[in-house]
Amino acid sequence: MSRVLIIAEHDGSSLNMSTAKCVSCAQAIGAEIDIAVFGNGIDAVAAEAAALDSVSKVIAVNAPHLEAPIAANWATEAVAISADYSHIFGPSTTLGKDLMPRIAALCGVNQVSDIMEVNSATSFKRPIYAGNAIVDVDAAAGARVVATVRTASWKAAAGSGSAELEQRSAAATQASHTRFVGMEVEGGERPDLQSAPRVVSGGRALGSEEQFELIYRLADKLGAGVGASRAAVDAGYCPNDMQVGQTGKIISPDLYLAFGISGAIQHVTGIKDAGTIVAVNKDSEAPIFEISDIGLVGDLFTVIPEMEGLLG
Amino acid sequence: MKILVGIKRVVDYNVRVRVLPDGSGVDTDGVKMSVNPFDEIALEEALRIREAGNADEVIVVSAGGDECQQQLRTGLAMGADRAIQIQTGESLQPLSLARAFMKVIEREEPGLVILGKQAIDDDNSQTGQMLAALWDRPQATFASRVVLNGSSAAVTREVDAGLETIEIDLPAVITVDLRLNEPRFVKLPDIMKAKRKPLDVIPLDELGVTVEGNLSVTRHAPPAQREKGIMVEDAAQLVQELKNRGLI
Repeated sequence: MSRVLIIAEHDGSSLNMSTAKCVSCAQAIGAEIDIAVFGNGIDAVAAEAAALDSVSKVIAVNAPHLEAPIAANWATEAVAISADYSHIFGPSTTLGKDLMPRIAALCGVNQVSDIMEVNSATSFKRPIYAGNAIVDVDAAAGARVVATVRTASWKAAAGSGSAELEQRSAAATQASHTRFVGMEVEGGERPDLQSAPRVVSGGRALGSEEQFELIYRLADKLGAGVGASRAAVDAGYCPNDMQVGQTGKIISPDLYLAFGISGAIQHVTGIKDAGTIVAVNKDSEAPIFEISDIGLVGDLFTVIPEMEGLLG
Repeated sequence: MKILVGIKRVVDYNVRVRVLPDGSGVDTDGVKMSVNPFDEIALEEALRIREAGNADEVIVVSAGGDECQQQLRTGLAMGADRAIQIQTGESLQPLSLARAFMKVIEREEPGLVILGKQAIDDDNSQTGQMLAALWDRPQATFASRVVLNGSSAAVTREVDAGLETIEIDLPAVITVDLRLNEPRFVKLPDIMKAKRKPLDVIPLDELGVTVEGNLSVTRHAPPAQREKGIMVEDAAQLVQELKNRGLI
C-alpha cells in the first residue's frame, strides 16, 4: 500500500488550507496518510492537522531553525523522516514550489508538478503550457513520487478525524547559509485570495491605483477577496501578491467577478476552476466572455456603483 | 565573480499552443520559438550586476539541440560575454538538467547562478531548486529584488502571503519572478557583435549525465472547455442573476 507524507503549510499559528487539499489528493490514491509539521511552537498547527480526515499520524518537528520555512532546512528534515514513504506531497503554493523540488533532488527523482487528477498511485494528470494542454505523467515503479498538488483542483479534506500525534526533535542540522530576514504582508484584513469563496478582480481598465478602490469597495460589500490581472499589477494599481494567473495565483472560488479584464490566456489559467465566472467589460469582443458564465458588456465605472447600490 | 544564467528555448508566449490530434504532443511545427521570458529577466539581472561592477563575466547556458544556439545568440546580443550549449537531442527532465548544470558549475565555479522561476512550456518550476540541492547551496526562488552585499545577497521573494526577504551566502542559486526588472531590447549592432562572441558546445555524455528520468509523459489532451454562458444587459440583471443562482 502507498504511504504518503504530506509537508504541512502554516504560518506558525494555523494550518494553511492547502494542506487539507493535499490530503484529498492523497485520499484519491488510496494511501495511508501522514502529515509532517515543521516549525517552532506548532502545537496548534499539529492539532489542526491531526483533525483532518483519514490522516493516520502527524509528525511534529519543533526546532528554532525550522520556524521560517527555509527550503534548505525543511528539505533535509523532510528527507530525514521520509524513508518509509512511497510518496511525498506538498501544495503547489509558493511554499511547496520552493520546497518540494529541493526534496525531490535530494531523493534523486524528478518532481510531478501540479497534480490536478490522480489516475493511479503512479500516474497523474497535470497542466502544461499554462493549462493549454493536460498531460498524463507516469512515475517509474519503485521510485519515490515527490509531487506538488495543484490546490485549485482539489477540495479541502474535512476536519473530523483524530490522528495520532508524534513529537520529534530535528534530525537534520541547520543550513547556516540561508537566513530569514522578514516578511512584508500586504492586503490587510480582506479574505485571503487563495481560499476566499468569492473574489472580485480588476484589470488594466481600472486606470489608476485610486480608481482600483472601486474593486476594494465592491469586494468589501460582498465579503470577497481581491485579485488583479497581471496588466493591473504591472501598471502599479495594486500589489503583486494579488496577481491571478499562470505566473501568479491559481484560484478556484465559488464566484469570480472580473472587471475590465480582457481574459488573456495567462489570466484565464488562474481562474478556470472557479464555480461561476462573471465578466464585465466594455469590449464585447473580449476573450473573457468566451469562458464567463454571466457576461455584461458595459463600463465598469457605472456598473460597479450600480451594483453597490443594489446590494444595499 | 562569474554569473551563470540558464536559457531555455520555448514556444513564444504569444503562441496559443494546440495539442496534436493523436495526443502525442503539442504542435510546434512552424511555431515561433523564443527565450523563456523569465530567463530574459534572469539575464537582465546578471547584466545589471556586472554593469554595477559586482561581476566580471556573464555566461549563458542552454541544454538542447543546435537550434537552441539561436536563443544563446540572443543572450549574447543582450550582453552576455559567452555561451555554453549542453548538446543533446533529447529533452531533459529537470533533475538531469540540474545535474548537467552542476557539471558546468564545477568547471566554471560561478558566484551566482540565476535562472527563470519556471519555463512557460512545461511549467515545472524545479530546475533551480534542484540545482541548489545538488550544489548544497542556498536558493532564493521567485526573486523580485536582489541586493548584493559582498559575499552575501539580500533577496526579496514574491510569496503567496506577500514579500519575504532572506539573506543568502554566495555562491547561490536565484530564480527570478516577473517584477525583478524589465529586460533590455536587443539592438542590431549587438546582434552582429554577438556572432563573434564565443559559444562552446559540450555534448551531454561528455558531462557524464544521462537523459533517463523517473517520469514519462504518456498522453497529451486539450483542456476541458468551459461552456459559454449567458449575457445580461445591466447591473440590475446581473445582481438578480447572481441572487437567483444563490451566489450572493
